[in-house]
Amino acid sequence: MSKRIALVGMPNTGKSTLFNRLTGAGARVGNWPGLTVELLSAKLLLGDSMVELVDLPGLHNLHGFSEDERVARHFIETQPVNGLLVLLNATQLERQLALVLQLKALGLPMLLALNMADEAASRGIRIQIETLSEQLGLPICLVSAKHGQGVPELRQALTTWLRDNPNPVTAQARVLREDDDIEHNVDSLLARTVHVPPVLSASRTDRLDRILLHPWLGLPLFLLIMLLVFQIVYGLGTPLQDGLGWLLDELKTGWIAPAISGLPAWAISFLLEGLYDGIGTVMTFLPIIVVFFMAMAVVEDSGYLARAAFLMDALMSRMGLDGRAFVLQLMGFGCNVPAMMGARVIRSRAQRILTMMTIPFSLCSARLQVFLFFTTAVFSPLAAPWVLFSLYVISFAITFLTAWIWRGRARHNIDPLLMELPPYRLPTLSVLARQSLRESGHFLRQAGGFIILGVALVWFLTHFPLDAAPASPATLAGRLAGWMAPIFSPLGIDQLLSIALLFGFVAKEVVIGALAVIYGAGGDELSGILNQRLDWVQAYSFMLFTLVYTPCLSTLATLRRETGGSRYMWASLVWSLGVAWMISFVFYQTARALQ
Amino acid sequence: MTHLCSLSTVPAGRCCVIARIDADADLTARMRALGLQLGRRVHVMRRSPFKGPIQVRSGQTDIIIRRSDAGLIQVRPCDPGGDTAVFKESECA
Repeated sequence: MSKRIALVGMPNTGKSTLFNRLTGAGARVGNWPGLTVELLSAKLLLGDSMVELVDLPGLHNLHGFSEDERVARHFIETQPVNGLLVLLNATQLERQLALVLQLKALGLPMLLALNMADEAASRGIRIQIETLSEQLGLPICLVSAKHGQGVPELRQALTTWLRDNPNPVTAQARVLREDDDIEHNVDSLLARTVHVPPVLSASRTDRLDRILLHPWLGLPLFLLIMLLVFQIVYGLGTPLQDGLGWLLDELKTGWIAPAISGLPAWAISFLLEGLYDGIGTVMTFLPIIVVFFMAMAVVEDSGYLARAAFLMDALMSRMGLDGRAFVLQLMGFGCNVPAMMGARVIRSRAQRILTMMTIPFSLCSARLQVFLFFTTAVFSPLAAPWVLFSLYVISFAITFLTAWIWRGRARHNIDPLLMELPPYRLPTLSVLARQSLRESGHFLRQAGGFIILGVALVWFLTHFPLDAAPASPATLAGRLAGWMAPIFSPLGIDQLLSIALLFGFVAKEVVIGALAVIYGAGGDELSGILNQRLDWVQAYSFMLFTLVYTPCLSTLATLRRETGGSRYMWASLVWSLGVAWMISFVFYQTARALQ
Repeated sequence: MTHLCSLSTVPAGRCCVIARIDADADLTARMRALGLQLGRRVHVMRRSPFKGPIQVRSGQTDIIIRRSDAGLIQVRPCDPGGDTAVFKESECA
């Protein structure tokens, strides 16, 4: 029978980091309570046996009501294990020991690992390891999950411990209602074994908080930090994206095009202009995703996001959202997909869904491309930045409007804001690299299937029947645009532009490329054509519609996956299309009437 | 007779002892898990502007709690003088 150990601990104890240390697998590391949602497990070799190590979600206690805690508890109660490896934060023993005593009552073999012992020592906390181990009747190891000290010794201890407990056992799953006893035991145990200085010296976290959480400096500093994150993402990511785009282009003209030149014209067109260009465009966003995740990982692991939630909660709770939703909104400026996945930290399902419904209105980098292109083509250099700024303002306004209208559903189930403010930590490079690799792999796998399908469909629409000119009125897309004309002409969006909007449904970054195909011109030439064909009212109406009209396919797929059904995906689609049409209509008709 | 104050009204920099929690079972359990439980001594670290959350420290753990949720926690001052210490009527707005 195979051996299995469950890794148990409260959130923020460095559980995932220790898991990575022991197994070398790329588990997600988060400095935000309750981030690990899927159960991670990996095999590791201890002595002469292969052991499965399962990383359970962080739990505060066995009676927890959060989804994470239920998952962890269910696992412990039903799955036979050789033992529990319990990780505790040495600086917070006074509240973590209660969990140990609860777990002990399950009758499973246990081994304790005290993490961040160095940090505890530097804060003047002294722990009598021998006494503590004796009183609990459990072996104890000291480790630093982040730096790796004590990990070889922990492996050794696990090996001997496994030899003593060779057979998996199931927990005695009786209901624990002995909390008061446990509290009492904890207090007397603490008094005997842990010495905490009565007044902690002002640590560095306190000093940083005095500046970053300052009553009136805090918010401006917060915005400055987020601005810095985006500067880093675009400063590093955009050149990489351009480079990858160039590479894919070279590959296409120099290698793939000659290789398939023997095929019929429609097949070449499908493979190159359909699949290759479509998928390639999405691929070029990978560098931005990687850099974005690394930058966000620094912010996330440092413990700053909890502070941002603290600063913004007052404003957000008036909209039926909370401080965490605002943070996600900002993350959405890069790409809506990771921001939506970040909504997992919100425990209340209704509020989590409300947050996810607002994220598609966050002006992502793909839409920014479209707006940059249009504002430079149609508006004067003096007006362009203000046009762009107005679109960001509208993006926030629609987010708040959506939350305010839909909050009824979340109002009955308001998540109390009660979270730990973790001490600031410096993330290590290897953890960052692994995390961003893992997330980008996730992004590619998720995006892959959906986008290939969408791209193929769009190619088919614009190229069938095959004898018609691409995207002409005779093609399927052209006929579709003809049918859609009654919808789009009141918005000042002509048929050719509405075909580009069809492309934008797959991914907003395709819109400009689609326009290039439709008008048969690229770059500056396309700018000239747009300038001739559109006045500023039409252009702004088109941009308003593009900003709001529909989340891209990846975002919709993410929404579907995260909510576990298509219901909210359709709701989001219908809602955003409706709002987009209303806003463009009101703007276009008002502006025309005033002219 | 001890006069209790709601934790949401305690000014920053003050120390108090949790005397009563009026939250439901779920929230009480979450509070307990973060160290907010009867008899615990907590320090109010700071209050965010615009009636936002407050930051309290229980032992070595810093917690942020929305003001409405903190309103469910009743506290008395921790005073070296002992049981006679009470909040003045004017301090509980």
